[in-house]
Amino acid sequence: MKFWIVSALAILSAVALALSGANEYLFFAGFVVLQAIILATGWNILGGYAGYVNFGVPGFVGVGAYTALALHLLVGAPLIVQIVAGAAMAALLGLAVGVLTLRLRGIFFSIATIAVVFILEAVVMNSRFLGGATGIQLTRPDDVWLFGTYTRMLFVMMTLMAVVALSVARYVQNSYIGQGLRAVRDAEEAAECSGVPTLKVKLIACAISGALLGVAGAPMPMYLSYIEPLSTFNLHYAVIALAMPIIGGTSHWIGPLIGALILGTLQQIVTVTISSELNVLVVGVLLVVFVVAAPDGVIGLVKKWKTSSK
Amino acid sequence: MFFSFELLFEAILFGLLLGCFYAAVSLGLSVAFGLLDVPHVAHPALLVVGSYGAYMLGDWGIDPLVAGFLLMPVFFLVGMLLYRFYYETFERRGNAAGVNGLAFFFGVAFIIEVLLVVAFGVDQRSAEADYIGESLRLGDLRLPYRLLIAAAVALVLTVVLSNFFSRTFVGRAIKAVGQDEGALRLMGADPVRIKQLAFGIATSVNALAGAMLIIVSPVEPTMDRIYIGRTFCVVVLAGMGSMKGTLAAGLVLGVTESIVLTLFGASWATAVAFGLLLVMLGVRPQGLFGR
Amino acid sequence: MENILEVKGVGKNFGGFTALSDVNLSIRKGERLGLIGPNGSGKTTLISCISGALQNDGGTIRFNGESIETLPAYARTRRGIARSFQIPRPFASMTVLENLMVPLAYVGGLSGSKARAQGLEILDEMGLAEKAESSSASLSQVELRKMELARAMAAKPQLLISDEAMAGLSGSEVDDVLDILIKLNKQGITIIMIEHIMHAVMRFSERIICLDAGQIICDGDPKTVVGNPQVQRAYLGD
Repeated sequence: MKFWIVSALAILSAVALALSGANEYLFFAGFVVLQAIILATGWNILGGYAGYVNFGVPGFVGVGAYTALALHLLVGAPLIVQIVAGAAMAALLGLAVGVLTLRLRGIFFSIATIAVVFILEAVVMNSRFLGGATGIQLTRPDDVWLFGTYTRMLFVMMTLMAVVALSVARYVQNSYIGQGLRAVRDAEEAAECSGVPTLKVKLIACAISGALLGVAGAPMPMYLSYIEPLSTFNLHYAVIALAMPIIGGTSHWIGPLIGALILGTLQQIVTVTISSELNVLVVGVLLVVFVVAAPDGVIGLVKKWKTSSK
Repeated sequence: MFFSFELLFEAILFGLLLGCFYAAVSLGLSVAFGLLDVPHVAHPALLVVGSYGAYMLGDWGIDPLVAGFLLMPVFFLVGMLLYRFYYETFERRGNAAGVNGLAFFFGVAFIIEVLLVVAFGVDQRSAEADYIGESLRLGDLRLPYRLLIAAAVALVLTVVLSNFFSRTFVGRAIKAVGQDEGALRLMGADPVRIKQLAFGIATSVNALAGAMLIIVSPVEPTMDRIYIGRTFCVVVLAGMGSMKGTLAAGLVLGVTESIVLTLFGASWATAVAFGLLLVMLGVRPQGLFGR
Repeated sequence: MENILEVKGVGKNFGGFTALSDVNLSIRKGERLGLIGPNGSGKTTLISCISGALQNDGGTIRFNGESIETLPAYARTRRGIARSFQIPRPFASMTVLENLMVPLAYVGGLSGSKARAQGLEILDEMGLAEKAESSSASLSQVELRKMELARAMAAKPQLLISDEAMAGLSGSEVDDVLDILIKLNKQGITIIMIEHIMHAVMRFSERIICLDAGQIICDGDPKTVVGNPQVQRAYLGD
């Protein structure tokens, strides 16, 4: 119950903010943070709950973005349709990669996800319809119902999507499927012998994870008014999507949220005070430091601190 | 798409040479991942570090191939330390460390990339040597010397490593440790030290391969990404841990890439390795030569 | 007298290596079968083919009359075949009780308080009731072995395969686990026990099968099998 109250408050605050006279930059930055939350949450459903590492996050984000673009170019579809379609295509991609590699060891799944990024990038680069290597510019509608600018509307939409992502993660975690995923992560062969249909359960996680990653990517063309393959399929997304849940904690849905907020804030500080190259380095270093010293993330550290102070 | 047999023949020849190079670059991974089962996605990043090392030594007038040899002992030590760290931090902790081990190497690869950008910038760097611009002429064909040298080194490396693993005690111990640690312990050998040695060898081979990389083409910091595809493609195609299989698989990849490059252009050529990898994983995950 | 398990002509190859060749055996319902043989003889491979962890190459496996060779392991578990592992594989992030809740949910379809109640009952029978809320990662060796058996029991099996559950345990611990297995058998569960500890095998089994180099070399009552010269050579002649 608490969860729903907080979520409702979050959405209402977002709406209130969007209707207020706040600086436009706030909504640009807010979009990035919200996208990060969705990325981290989506990644964690497969990575944290099931233990299968998806390096190909840019591929899934790209599928979401380019599906949205295609619908916009073909039928002028409204944003919500773009998002749903992007999620569906990304879910299918997740299933495809899963079907191909989940019978093999975990690392082959991970390598296959990297392969997906490069192959999709090649496809987009060779497609004139999708803009090829140079990309496509879009025009956004000027006058948007209620919110005035498109950016503000996007901000509210992303808040809604973030809440959706978090509730999906929370639901999966506490469900029958989540129980099976945890068993798969801890001891896959024993899970299979305990009646868990491990392949099916992993494929479900692939699809849900993929869908959420697609949701994170779908609004991007409209957000930037421009889309091109090099920055969309950038491996930078992969490192961030991995780092946030590992920093926050992969065993619980709140971990990715914590990680996204910590990393998002840290990145803003570093970019503004030092430089943007170093910003990217910070993400990588934090990832390695946490993986080595605090594999259970912030959640794990808090738990340790609680039990040791008893 | 202008098609001619001559063009195709040249593409195949070029591909064979390129393939030898790809095999050389993948030999280290065949040991680290194929034999030892370490999820070493940072291998290509270390390759690129080798290239930049050769580039820096080039500033002192040292030929890149010589530089590669000079770097080998350094990389050997780095490899041993890296494995030791990986073992103590992850392998010891058991099953659940699988995700973390992967994430660790990915993080390391990324950090290496960024540090290279900070140190050298994003522009391409090349090596300088007399043979780099020149080609061998055979009738109408022109075979670039840089590729011939890379192919030659690759062949030598394959033969040396292959013999090492099948004829020397240490080599056979390394092959055994991947399959049956218990038996090795009974023989009085310490599996961890053997794996450390193997990882050191794999990384030092990488130094030489890195030197060849910068001989063959200019390098820039994000090159490790495409090489993740190429090296893992070769290792999977080969069937894990086979040195000769690595050479054959490298040739397959080289020729395929070269043909695609000739017929469809550069933007599809980079996706070949990844596509081939996916096909292998789906159809025959034990590789062409594995069992 | 129905056969709960019928294995006919089953083989298994790994690359060039033949782990099992032409294995035939039938097990009656409620039987206590001991499976012995030197290291590398194929015991674990055989039970992996039965439980579904491995796919057999050739031959048929029938469970309660139904062909199961093509079924994935989880489907065989749901039909009533459970196994414990040589090296225990706990779900380390869960408590002991939560470990049992997985098969209780995925085989028995139970959840919530019903599942907890049944789980606690099983743990009680195993002597693990006090450890119910402890993390499974904190258990001792013998407790882990008992939890493996408890988890297998939570899948409500008709056939239980115990793979060296007593290896490395002390004398009294071995008797502990043995008593549990005998008690389970009295409840009607058919049990296949792989074990190297001879006195346990002799005490437990109604019938013993000996494997060597992937083939069955002897099958009969305990005294006969143990006295068989081929069996003795297999163990000593290594």
